[in-house]
Amino acid sequence: MSATNVVTAIRDALHGEMAADDRLVLLGEDVGARGGVFKVTQGFVDDFGEQRVIDTPLAESGIVGVAIGMALHGLIPIAEIEFADFIHPAFDQIVSEAARMRYRTNGDWGCPMVIRAPCGGGIHGALYHSQSIEAFYAHVPGLKVVMPSTPADAAGLLRAAIRDPDPVLFLEHKKSYRAVSGEVPEGDHVEPIGVADIKRAGTDLTVITYGYELHRCLEAADRLADDEGIEAEIVDVRTLAPLDTATILASVRSTSRALVVYEDNRTYGAGAEIAATVAEEAMFELDAPIVRVGGPDIPAMPYAAALEHYYTEPSPDHLYVAMRELARF
Amino acid sequence: MSAQVTEAPHEALGLSPVDLLRMHRHMLTARLIDEASLRQNRMGRAPFVVPVSGHEGCQIGTASALRPGTDVWLPYYRDLGVVLVAGLSPYEIFLGVFSKADDPSSGGRQMPSHWGSKQLGIVSHSSPIATQIPHAAGIAYAMRYRNEDAVAAVWFGEGATSEGDWHEGLNFAAIHHLPVIFVCENNEYAISVPQDKQMAVRDVATRAAGYGMPGVVVDGSDVLACYEVMRDALARALAGEGPTLIECKTYRYLPHTSDDDDKTYRSREEVAEHRHHDPIDRFTTYLIEHDLFDHERMQAMHDEVKGEVEAAIAAAWDAADPDPATVLRHVFAEQDDR
Repeated sequence: MSATNVVTAIRDALHGEMAADDRLVLLGEDVGARGGVFKVTQGFVDDFGEQRVIDTPLAESGIVGVAIGMALHGLIPIAEIEFADFIHPAFDQIVSEAARMRYRTNGDWGCPMVIRAPCGGGIHGALYHSQSIEAFYAHVPGLKVVMPSTPADAAGLLRAAIRDPDPVLFLEHKKSYRAVSGEVPEGDHVEPIGVADIKRAGTDLTVITYGYELHRCLEAADRLADDEGIEAEIVDVRTLAPLDTATILASVRSTSRALVVYEDNRTYGAGAEIAATVAEEAMFELDAPIVRVGGPDIPAMPYAAALEHYYTEPSPDHLYVAMRELARF
Repeated sequence: MSAQVTEAPHEALGLSPVDLLRMHRHMLTARLIDEASLRQNRMGRAPFVVPVSGHEGCQIGTASALRPGTDVWLPYYRDLGVVLVAGLSPYEIFLGVFSKADDPSSGGRQMPSHWGSKQLGIVSHSSPIATQIPHAAGIAYAMRYRNEDAVAAVWFGEGATSEGDWHEGLNFAAIHHLPVIFVCENNEYAISVPQDKQMAVRDVATRAAGYGMPGVVVDGSDVLACYEVMRDALARALAGEGPTLIECKTYRYLPHTSDDDDKTYRSREEVAEHRHHDPIDRFTTYLIEHDLFDHERMQAMHDEVKGEVEAAIAAAWDAADPDPATVLRHVFAEQDDR
């Protein structure tokens, strides 16, 4: 075990997979000499050559479309969308093509590929470098959507995504890149897609979350335990599609209280699906109404520090308060 | 003095009489399947069909230059002639028309004419236009990466050239000098929208210059001319010289689909005029003029193909429908899928 940050964990796992399997190719904007704007692929072009580390034209639909073609002909492409905010031109390729290839061919053609996209806000990225895009894609059958939040999960889930026979959208919260460090297991550590993880054990309420909100929830939960002895159990969803409802429901049944926290704007977000699942499956085991805490329903996160701060913390210590209120209900 | 011997065009192309008759048969098969499919639609047995009539020359001409089992085919929904050359049988075509369980393209999941077969190297396509163009570039990239002596060929209409994916696919292919051939079947209409509302240039092929690749215009009713430009593009691609854009000037004799009414946007006189340039009639005349065919043999081939199509329809109609219990399968890989 060694301590590292998220961006290094992703880089190391990606490098290891590239070295182990020459079917893997990377493509995206600035992934070559620049090594990616977040330096995830720094040095890769020297190690693996321009044939395998492809600086593409500035065309997101083309990046994904070309990657699909590679996947259809024996390669395992890893496409990088420089910022998740720029993925929208590729929506058709992802949804109409990659996600539907296996279904529409009755299992004849598969599309093994990974699309990496740094997402999320809180880094002064404004409207077009801060977006949460997971809900658009988690709605699409045929596509797997993962969003790790720790270095170990990032490394393990990236390996799983690369080895998966189907297309995986791999979302990396960019605020976690260098702000979050932790132990990463040595060797060929794989975290299975579709399995949530309990990041903090507790008995008084269940907090279901993912992305950078996980870290805000963990911090608030520790203070709440110190201050009032309220123990929140925190479930890190990790994979949005397919959703691990078993782990979520087991935790909720044990605490009888459910709080869903997500950074994306609240309406029609992933939190709605999680809350609905709890309501459908565990309604009569709850001691309190399900609570959702999402971002405000504004088009995107603004730039000015005060405005951006409002997005992630609309009232003082709002996650701490929400947990305490639900526990006391 | 030596006698001057004029080589026939097909001889100059290295095509034998057997090759020519195979091409003619593919064209006739496409036409007869097309006419029969529309009848099946009007009989209420096929909810939706996509005509091909008029495109047989450019489809069979270009496709016949490729090598089944080696090259990869990315057709669009009007490319019945292409997929016949690639190896789909009339029976398999009608399994799709009737959306049967054994339809090799999709097991009855997609609309008819959305062909695909991994075994034959026919890449599945969707209904949004031009999405297959970047796929062709990606496949060609993989071919070169894997040191394969192969090309990817992708077909589309002139309407597709307005899409962003078309631009992005051609640009990527040209940058990397990929072994891919882009074949535009320009039939003057994108459903109802005429070419002059689709683009401000007369020839799609002129756009090739903007990507740094050659653009070629060819008469789509001349099957041998289409074969020739495709053969040259194949040679270029295999030599590592990169992609080619071929524009075949063609015309669709029937509505866009069985649900279209083309009388709303083009005159009967216009359609009748184009039918005077029927690629099948033109090729038949060529074969007769070169003593490779006569009216008797032509009639015999027609009867034989017609019988084959009728047998295919009967067998496909009797084939099993998809089991509703399978509707949830193949969202993701099962067991050994990859």
